[in-house]
Amino acid sequence: MDTSEVIKIEGLRKSFGSLAVLKDISFSVQRGEVVAVIGPSGSGKSTLLRCVNHLELVEAGSIRISDSVMVKDGVYAHADILRSACLKTGLVFQNFNLFPHFSVLRNITEAQVRVLRRKPAQAKERAMSLLEKMGLVDKAASYPCELSGGQQQRVCIARALALDPEVLFFDEPTSALDPELTGEILKVIRKLAEEKMTMVIVTHEMAFARDVADRALFMDGGRFVEEGGAAELLDNPQQERTKAFLRRFGGQ
Amino acid sequence: MAKMLGIMFEGMTVSLEVFFLTLLFALPLALPAAFGRMSKNWALRKLVTLYLLVMRGTPLILQLIFIYFAPKYFFRLLFESFSGFIESEGFWNSLRFLLSWDRFTAVIIAFVLNYAAYFAEIYRGGIEAIPRGQYEAAKVLGFTGSQTFVRIILPQVLKRILPAAANEIITLVKDTALAQVIGVAELFHAAQNASAREFSTLPIFVAGVFYFFMNWAVSYALTRCEKKLSYYS
Ligand SMILES: Nc1ncnc2c1ncn2[C@@H]1O[C@H](COP(=O)(O)OP(=O)(O)O)[C@@H](O)[C@H]1O
Ligand SMILES: [Mg+2]
Repeated sequence: MDTSEVIKIEGLRKSFGSLAVLKDISFSVQRGEVVAVIGPSGSGKSTLLRCVNHLELVEAGSIRISDSVMVKDGVYAHADILRSACLKTGLVFQNFNLFPHFSVLRNITEAQVRVLRRKPAQAKERAMSLLEKMGLVDKAASYPCELSGGQQQRVCIARALALDPEVLFFDEPTSALDPELTGEILKVIRKLAEEKMTMVIVTHEMAFARDVADRALFMDGGRFVEEGGAAELLDNPQQERTKAFLRRFGGQ
Repeated sequence: MAKMLGIMFEGMTVSLEVFFLTLLFALPLALPAAFGRMSKNWALRKLVTLYLLVMRGTPLILQLIFIYFAPKYFFRLLFESFSGFIESEGFWNSLRFLLSWDRFTAVIIAFVLNYAAYFAEIYRGGIEAIPRGQYEAAKVLGFTGSQTFVRIILPQVLKRILPAAANEIITLVKDTALAQVIGVAELFHAAQNASAREFSTLPIFVAGVFYFFMNWAVSYALTRCEKKLSYYS
């Protein structure tokens, strides 16, 4: 088993009723790598992320996360292994999904204490250092409803990072934000990339993807149509479908 | 006058007992009922739906009468049909004991079954109103199913259902007056008796004042709870 690959996915298939959404998806992510996933809406990007984070069940294929085999040829592992596999990944949602009844601090400490069984003081220390990194120390006692979208998204990132995942997934982290707020999120992700955090980012921010990602995958109709270095793929796409998509996004 | 007040005070105690015992049993019982109503198990879901329909679709006063008298008729039916075959007196006595609850017990059973049905629908509405993203965030963070429900979902449900639950609780205060139809001497019953004896409407008025203040206290307590939960939206 090659553990320099944090994520290894082979032959993934998923459908909703008669609608095939993922058709034979395979890819892997190296430790420390930043991968951008681009593609038109409805192409299955969210579904792929949800399958890897065990929010949807796949019908066929294999998913390995670090040293935990979550699914092998469509057969899911035992619940304990699934849980430990899930704890190795983190997911940042498009619409944050913070817990509205918890303060910012408690949003970040709750899972550390209840799931990882960290001591409250230790969890708080970790949360405060993450909040400092996110520039939100002064918001620790606030409630999510008192924050801007950009601040909520940074809390969501801190909440995921607090559990020390080996890989962090982002599903269009800036799509729910006002344009002037996307910059602060992209800055945080860029900082994480510099620290060699392994990340898979679904995004429509092409300039950002070109800049921060090592590799880019273009997804269309439930398949990866093209894959390559981020700059090469975005500046010089080979496939017609990639070209057409990027033209629409003004990337070309 | 003093005697009248004494009787009414006793009636008031009974009304308060009905009120608190109903809440004590109905509020928790409604939770499994709400889950049953949302269950994936077809038979369970239909069964609970039928229970909710009957409880919410027929008058409480009718349910009170039915729950008090039906077991007694049922016992007589059994006794008349089978006493020829089973002659053991002990058997029939214990069966009679099982099937004849006193008036007050019947009132509590009827109120609990009825109010649990209303609370169950309120809980269900509250639970279904929680966005799916909350469950998904909890799952991705590794919370177990019960941790998710107790720590993430339930507190948010409580906040959402409080206004609707408050309405039901205020109705319950007034509904306690129905207990008199099977002869339980609650406040309204006492007031009517006193009023007939004294040729005066004063006792009725006193009872009205009591219900009013009782509900004023209930509203006050529930508004306090709502305020306490208003630290987020
Ligand atoms: N829970 C679901 N039930 C039925 N269809 C779904 C569900 N989730 C997604 N889909 C469908 O799957 C397809 C891919 O969706 P999605 O993965 O969200 O695409 P993307 O994130 O690339 O926009 C879409 O056609 C969508 O309508
Ligand atoms: Mg999507």
